[in-house]
Amino acid sequence: MLGAMLHEAWRAMGANRLRTLLTMLGMVIGVGAVVLMMAIGQGAQYAVAQTISSMGSNIFVVLSGFTSTGGVRSGSGNAPTLNVSDANAIAELDGVDTVAPVHWGSVQMVYGPNNWNAWVQGTTPAYLDARSWPIADGASFTDSDVRAATRVALIGRTVAQNLFGDENPVGKTFRIGQAPFTVLGVLAPKGQNLEGRDQDDLVVMPLTTAQRKVFGTPFQGSVRQILVKASSAEAMPAVEKSIEALLRQRHRLRDSADNDFTLRNLTAVADTAAETTRVMSLLLGAIASVSLLVGGIGIMNIMLVSVTERTREIGIRMAIGARERDILAQFLLEAIIISVIGCAIGLILGVGGALLVNQLAKMTVVVSGSSVLTAFAVAAGVGIFFGFYPARKAARLDPIEALRYQ
Amino acid sequence: MSEAVIRIESLFKAYDTPAGPFPVLKDVNLSILPGEFVAIMGPSGSGKSTFMNILGCLDRPSEGRYFLAGSNVAELGKDATAALRNRTIGFVFQGFNLLPRMTLADNVALPLVYSGIGHAERRARAQEMLDKVGLGRYAGSLPSRISGGQQQRVAIARALVNRPRLILADEPTGNLDSHTSHEIMEVFRELNEEGITVVLITHEGDIAAFAKRQVRFLDGEIVEDRPTLSHDLSPAGGRGTQPAAPLPPAGEGPGERATPC
Repeated sequence: MLGAMLHEAWRAMGANRLRTLLTMLGMVIGVGAVVLMMAIGQGAQYAVAQTISSMGSNIFVVLSGFTSTGGVRSGSGNAPTLNVSDANAIAELDGVDTVAPVHWGSVQMVYGPNNWNAWVQGTTPAYLDARSWPIADGASFTDSDVRAATRVALIGRTVAQNLFGDENPVGKTFRIGQAPFTVLGVLAPKGQNLEGRDQDDLVVMPLTTAQRKVFGTPFQGSVRQILVKASSAEAMPAVEKSIEALLRQRHRLRDSADNDFTLRNLTAVADTAAETTRVMSLLLGAIASVSLLVGGIGIMNIMLVSVTERTREIGIRMAIGARERDILAQFLLEAIIISVIGCAIGLILGVGGALLVNQLAKMTVVVSGSSVLTAFAVAAGVGIFFGFYPARKAARLDPIEALRYQ
Repeated sequence: MSEAVIRIESLFKAYDTPAGPFPVLKDVNLSILPGEFVAIMGPSGSGKSTFMNILGCLDRPSEGRYFLAGSNVAELGKDATAALRNRTIGFVFQGFNLLPRMTLADNVALPLVYSGIGHAERRARAQEMLDKVGLGRYAGSLPSRISGGQQQRVAIARALVNRPRLILADEPTGNLDSHTSHEIMEVFRELNEEGITVVLITHEGDIAAFAKRQVRFLDGEIVEDRPTLSHDLSPAGGRGTQPAAPLPPAGEGPGERATPC
């Protein structure tokens, strides 16, 4: 029975090939647009999720204040308002997991004929913990390196490529100014951060080394920022409050005075970014769905025309024993076949388009199995939903009237 | 052979019009026994087509009872009447009503699709029926490739394919020339001789003369119900001449040539 009905649906579609193809085209465009937009949206979400996880989770950054010299104000992190003992005090707070004081700046590095300018983070080994940053090759420096201010460094992948090329940097020595530094290890690549900056273009070294032997500092122990990792996402609001209270107290700020530091919740930034991309991908999907809807209406339109054209055929079929549900199934099947074939073609074009976007625009695209399944389910649903009314109209025809129809 | 195939008891049919119900059939009583060959005659507007639609379970009476093969049609649901049309009745129409995009074999097999019969058996039975009406070699052709008379033979094959007890033919020769008409009527007569009950509507006396019994409608009532007499046949005994019965209704002249619909 089903075989015979499929055969008949196929024949009916073949009788009006151009019309069938145009009807299908509506579905092809609709499904193709949905798949492509979902791929782009999910790709953006995936990229943001990657970036966020590369930042480390539950992270606060405390930046030191700015200086003001003759009305010229420097940016945050330039005034020596934070120091290592602030960091140690924060580490004692409840809900704080890891604390890493950071002193940074940019330096010119030389290795053989190559030189490169990169960002230096002088910090403690806890920094890598807080940012969940594994070492790809070699080993980290230790707390004793921090105490002794040894000239050792970990380098990011970008630095390794630019300074050392194809050589293995571990154990090699590069210079900053005239001072030699030994590469202890290479950090695992992290890619871009939320602002699009290359996180692998950096050098990590002991805090004391950076303070005393690279940048120099007028105030012993002052740091530009303190990285704080809370023990859990739930603990973050409490930790934020207690850090602020602690630092105000330690810096002896009056109630009326502004903070001489800035406290940033990186997770909140990340959440915003994630929410933004989620909304964007929803929006893309919604816009693409409109074309799917239009495709569905196209199917309904053509099925209605088809029912009218075949009124006499329906009458004949009823007279020789077709039940209402046979007629209903026949027209419904036709609508579903059109939408499913259209969906399959649209799927291929959508995935192809996504790959093309990936190749040409270097955008991350994600074609997930669930989006493919959703597309198929939606196509079958569109076929049933928009095919049902015309099919029911056919099934409810009065056989006598239908037989008389010219 | 005892129970009637068709038993109609005081059947009324009226159509609703803006001016109130318009009666088409008034107190019709009729029984048709198995193996009968009945011609239903009457002028245009006499109610014979409505009567045929009711016989074919395509329409329902306003009042009265209709038993088809022992079951009261009024008590059956839509699916059950569809099954009756499928298995108990074979329809033959004036306009042949073959599906133009299907091969003759597929057209003939179509009722079997709705009986849920498998592909192989459908093919075999369709071929058997096409052979029976002498068109077996055209099984793979489309209806547009054959003549009107041949199309009507295919329609008869389709009506027979589900081995019905009753053939209902609504002006089966209306679109055919007289020679072809008589060939088609010969087919019906052979079927009747095999034991199938045949009821046909016609307004041509020479066509009606092929039947064994003639029922005449006028203004929604049966005005005559008699066996076919020898004087209904033309004097030469041949059936290729003009109608002998004096009722060529106005405005509904028989088409001389096959007109494909």
